[in-house]
Amino acid sequence: MATPASVHAHAPQGFIRKYIFSLDHKVIGIQYYFLALSAVFVGMLLSILMRVHMIWPTASLPLLGEIKPETYLALMTMHGTIMVFFVLTTAPQGGFGNYVLPIQIGAPDMAFPVLNMLSFWTTFVAYMVMLAAFFVVGGAPLHGWTGYPPLSAIPSAGPGEGLGADLWITSIAIFCIASLMGALNFITTTLDLRAKGMTMMRMPLTVWSWFITAILGLLAFGVLLSAGILLLMDRNLGTSFYVPTTMVNGVMTWHKGGSPLLWQHLFWFFGHPEVYIAILPGMGVASQVLSTFSRKPIFGYRAMVYAMLSIGFFGFMVWGHHMFMSGMSPYSAFAFSLLTMCIGVPSAIKTFNWLGTMYKGRIRFSTPMLYAIGFVSLFVSGGLSGPFLAQPVLDIQLHDTAFVPAHFHLIMGVAAIFGIFSATYYWFPKMFGRMMNETLGRIHFFITLAGTYAIFMPMHYAGMAGQTRRYSQFTEVAFLQKLIPLNTFITWAAIITVSAQFIFVINLFWSMFKGPKASDNPWESTTLEWTTATPPPHDNFGGVTPVVNHGPYEYGVPGAAKDYVMQTDPPTGTSH
Amino acid sequence: MATYTPTTPIDHVGHGSKPPVPPAGGVDDGRGGGDVPNYGARLRRARLGLACGIATVCMLFVSLTSAYIVRQGLGTFDGASNTYVRDWGRVDLPWLLLAINTAVLLISSVTMEFARRRAALQAALAPVQSIPGVSLGNEKSFPWLGITVLLGVAFLSGQWLAWGELHARGFFVATNPNSSFVFLLTIAHAVHLCGGMIALLWAAGASLLHKPVEARRIVVDITAWYWHFMAVLWIYVFALLGFAR
Repeated sequence: MATPASVHAHAPQGFIRKYIFSLDHKVIGIQYYFLALSAVFVGMLLSILMRVHMIWPTASLPLLGEIKPETYLALMTMHGTIMVFFVLTTAPQGGFGNYVLPIQIGAPDMAFPVLNMLSFWTTFVAYMVMLAAFFVVGGAPLHGWTGYPPLSAIPSAGPGEGLGADLWITSIAIFCIASLMGALNFITTTLDLRAKGMTMMRMPLTVWSWFITAILGLLAFGVLLSAGILLLMDRNLGTSFYVPTTMVNGVMTWHKGGSPLLWQHLFWFFGHPEVYIAILPGMGVASQVLSTFSRKPIFGYRAMVYAMLSIGFFGFMVWGHHMFMSGMSPYSAFAFSLLTMCIGVPSAIKTFNWLGTMYKGRIRFSTPMLYAIGFVSLFVSGGLSGPFLAQPVLDIQLHDTAFVPAHFHLIMGVAAIFGIFSATYYWFPKMFGRMMNETLGRIHFFITLAGTYAIFMPMHYAGMAGQTRRYSQFTEVAFLQKLIPLNTFITWAAIITVSAQFIFVINLFWSMFKGPKASDNPWESTTLEWTTATPPPHDNFGGVTPVVNHGPYEYGVPGAAKDYVMQTDPPTGTSH
Repeated sequence: MATYTPTTPIDHVGHGSKPPVPPAGGVDDGRGGGDVPNYGARLRRARLGLACGIATVCMLFVSLTSAYIVRQGLGTFDGASNTYVRDWGRVDLPWLLLAINTAVLLISSVTMEFARRRAALQAALAPVQSIPGVSLGNEKSFPWLGITVLLGVAFLSGQWLAWGELHARGFFVATNPNSSFVFLLTIAHAVHLCGGMIALLWAAGASLLHKPVEARRIVVDITAWYWHFMAVLWIYVFALLGFAR
């Protein structure tokens, strides 16, 4: 048996190996996290520029001057792409999944540490290539994060559709490869590196969520990669997969016979599971945090697992609901509509189980708990507009209005972000050995929650009132005049909410160096990461292999000495 | 011959396609009581990772296949007849050359399997050979791995010739949608096979660099399964291009 000393001797000592090209999943998780943190600020800046342009289209901004309509489209494209890929996919899975999953299953590291490092650095390259699109001739592409052809397939279609679009597609392709390597690692680690006694049904729900997310990624990103290859060929090699006979700016292109719908099918076959790739880890974190801070076992553990599995399963069968406007057969639309509404069932199971977990609990309203409750709130608010859009007849009315961005920002964007915040406040003590400031955390939470609703709830009404979603400005559009005050309110709410995020950043960095020292288990949690030192040693458990005797959420067990039973506590004969 | 007591039970090492038996009592963490993962667990883990990788490659080719079928059914507007006409086009594949390439790849899959079994045997007998005074003979093993590398190079060269032949017959990537897919699918397969070639060269290098026999066996084992998958994938691509024209 290795001693802690001998294990520590294996930890790399040099700066490069320890912090840059590290093989340690904890360092890699933190690297992913900070990459996502930088990306989210880029994405937020772009969104503020968009909102400002919508209300004050002729305003001259510092450094940028007046934003032109095509620049607005580039901001929209890059905002969506950076947020979806480099924030919502990167932070919950690459960041927290990497850091926490191996520790929660009692493993010393990921299954393939070198591959793990490669995954991160490949993601980093993808991020750099994406950002480079801002700085090439013509600037960033205009085709939106969904990259619909013909616009995305013809370099002469707009100022950003030349090299900028090539870089955009290349970045996505590189990101796909990175995500596939990561997904492979997560699945193998979960299946093969669990500690003795850590059966599948004793895994924390966070582990389940990362595991299912990895399966979704493994099956979805290959499809996006193939779609991207075809798009690059259409742009550069003279093929016609996606583009029919087309005239651009008065000039006939060489293309003929392709179909933009082919791209839409391939893209959304990836795109809808991507929604769950973003949100499932948040569900896992919410389950973990709600149980811990309600001091109660999670309500319906198995139901939660099966609900996540069925959400993942149905997630691959509903891509057509993004294409109701494409002229698809009503029979196909009906099938996609029905399957989409089926997802409401496991989603409702999860929601009621979260509420059941809190019901009659001895709730501790710490910042992670506030964000977990906020997650549930946003999940419900954003989720309830889903069945509206799942109806083809309603979707045709609402599809190109602000209703859709309002829906997906609540459910996929901000709910997932709240999951990330909850995870940050919850695991920060374990990651950095210090506590975050609770007061700043609460202020951050209340401003962000109120701000989120102030931005996106009115947007639903604007959409129902007919506000289109892709106009770069509408101050000159007669039928939208009455919506200008509402949009001005939304823009100010966005500015205030984004500004409040600096409270989080200050809290994060200040606490990293000046926060009070954290104990090994400050939240009195039960899972394995709280059984080891804070921060965990290089091999996670100091040379000791944990043995699991209990389920992950044994709080308030009758007859127990404490109100929680650690997973590694000796067996009592009553645990499952 | 001397008698001996192996320190590692031979059954635990695994033979052929039979994976090593993991220790009972929950899931093995792969450390086998020490701080270095044991060989059986590492092999199992590598195979699991490979299975995930193969699933990904399958999804890539499934999506390309669906694009192939959809694109095949699309038409383009013909001004002369004022109707939509199918523009799929034809491609005269160099059948003989591709058939030879297929045979080469299948033979390489067989030689790879011999290499894998040889590596498994060497790993199984390694504990015995390490015992002083025990000799299992120094018979020269056939260089199956080297033969496989050569056959892999031959296959890729054959594919290169096939692409050249297609060019000579007037078919390029952009000639028609059919030729676009011919080049796309065959090149995508070749790129994936190149990945297998790199792994093979690494395995051969591991032998020269005197890496532990267990480590070499793991590389050879997963490369072999990947190589078999590449052979099956090529037959699929070949059949698709040949029969779904």
